[in-house]
Amino acid sequence: MSKTQLVEQLKGGLDAPICLTWELTYACNLECVHCLSSSGQRDPRELTTDEAKAVLDELHDLQVFYINIGGGEPMIRRDFFELLEYSISRGIGVKFSTNGAFIDATKAKRLTEMDYLDIQISLDGTDAVTNDAVRGEGSYDTAITAMQHLQDAGFGEFKISVVVTRHNVDQLDKFKALADEYGAQLRITRLRPSGRGADSWHDLHPTQAQQRQIYDWLILNGENVLTGDSFFHLNALGEEPLPGLNMCGAGRVVCLIDPIGDVYACPFVIHDEFKAGSVRDEGGFSHVWKQSDLFTELREPQSAGACASCGSYDACQGGCMAAKFFTGIPLDGPDPECVSGHGEAALLAASSIQAPKPMMDHSKPSRVAVTIGRR
Amino acid sequence: MLDATLTLHPQVALRPEPFGALAYHYGNRKLIFLKHPDVVRVVESLDGTATVAETLAACHIDEARWPSFEQALTNLQTSEMLQ
Amino acid sequence: MSEPTDTISQADFDEAGAAPTKSAVELNEELLVEEISIDGMCGVY
Repeated sequence: MSKTQLVEQLKGGLDAPICLTWELTYACNLECVHCLSSSGQRDPRELTTDEAKAVLDELHDLQVFYINIGGGEPMIRRDFFELLEYSISRGIGVKFSTNGAFIDATKAKRLTEMDYLDIQISLDGTDAVTNDAVRGEGSYDTAITAMQHLQDAGFGEFKISVVVTRHNVDQLDKFKALADEYGAQLRITRLRPSGRGADSWHDLHPTQAQQRQIYDWLILNGENVLTGDSFFHLNALGEEPLPGLNMCGAGRVVCLIDPIGDVYACPFVIHDEFKAGSVRDEGGFSHVWKQSDLFTELREPQSAGACASCGSYDACQGGCMAAKFFTGIPLDGPDPECVSGHGEAALLAASSIQAPKPMMDHSKPSRVAVTIGRR
Repeated sequence: MLDATLTLHPQVALRPEPFGALAYHYGNRKLIFLKHPDVVRVVESLDGTATVAETLAACHIDEARWPSFEQALTNLQTSEMLQ
Repeated sequence: MSEPTDTISQADFDEAGAAPTKSAVELNEELLVEEISIDGMCGVY
């Protein structure tokens, strides 16, 4: 079976996710402008410790090998370490994503002593000006401090995860150097117009020229750089595909469990349209993964739609569902950032109607929503 | 490879899939798809005593396919899935 | 899900005995294992 055939098999879904994202809380000490989960305030319906452990028991039975924990800021949960330790005790490795505010020397040491644990520090600029414009004042210093604590404690190779924007795309070399300096591995990911990202996407997303820059940089320098397979839409730019499965994994090999136990196709589509069910439903997570109408539908062969006549479709797969959905483009239309330029017309056509609004907005009320540019 | 005696690394978990299996190494975090049920059978049969050749024969793998299996087992050994 | 047309099954081997439809070269080119990056799936943090 060739790689393509393996991918075709995976598009049909598996009996259990290969991995999944679990947002533990909508509470966060930061309010990043592009937050995919519109986090800020805790939702009072959050899963209890016991409910969370029951989910971990299910994941153990499904033989999910590892999970990616995030939020909001997951370390805010009082049972954070309890859940980490429980997950690992059940044979489920953990990578958690954090802004670093709660990693002091003591925590760094405690985390270092744990096995089957990986840490991802979020950072969106190689200097405070660039980073803090998106993540808030002081957030750059917070992240660097956490990184220093991890390095001092001998944690080993943690990850630095960057959302690539119009304003930091020229800093890719510096991000690599920063990762090297702290003994970390660089991860760069695509900005989607999800959550609060819907407001700022038109101003923050890379230009066409910058997308070429990202692709070229990855081909040249990306050997040890992770991407979460989030740039597969750029594969239409060249002969050499970027590493990864190069397919949308949502509902097929990955999914999201949100802080109140709702299951979505992926973290970038927190919207009723992509909600498969809840872990609190009869049959729990397992039933949602295996039997939900949404996931069953996503695992059926997808139509190329408007992209059928494009020679690049095999390479780019029509791009990202989340990018299309939140810019108002039909799901069988081109990606808004289609490297062949087909997204432009689609965005224009979509501009006269109201694009779907993100749901589950847990932004703090004091925040003033700024709508910049056209919607 | 044919004369080697191999067995699954203790930190590796094998999860059955419709087309074969998913192997995950908890130590080095490598993820490998075993893309055919026959290779899964062979890997599960490697007990560290019989040689690879003996195991392939016992699993009724056609000798014409042995080079592919040798390559697969070599890959698994390089990834530390087999030791 | 589309039918995997090139998956080598027992039926193929039975056929191969009857007629030379699968050459030794083709059989040798079966890629039986494939590594996937744990970070290589889109839709994950």
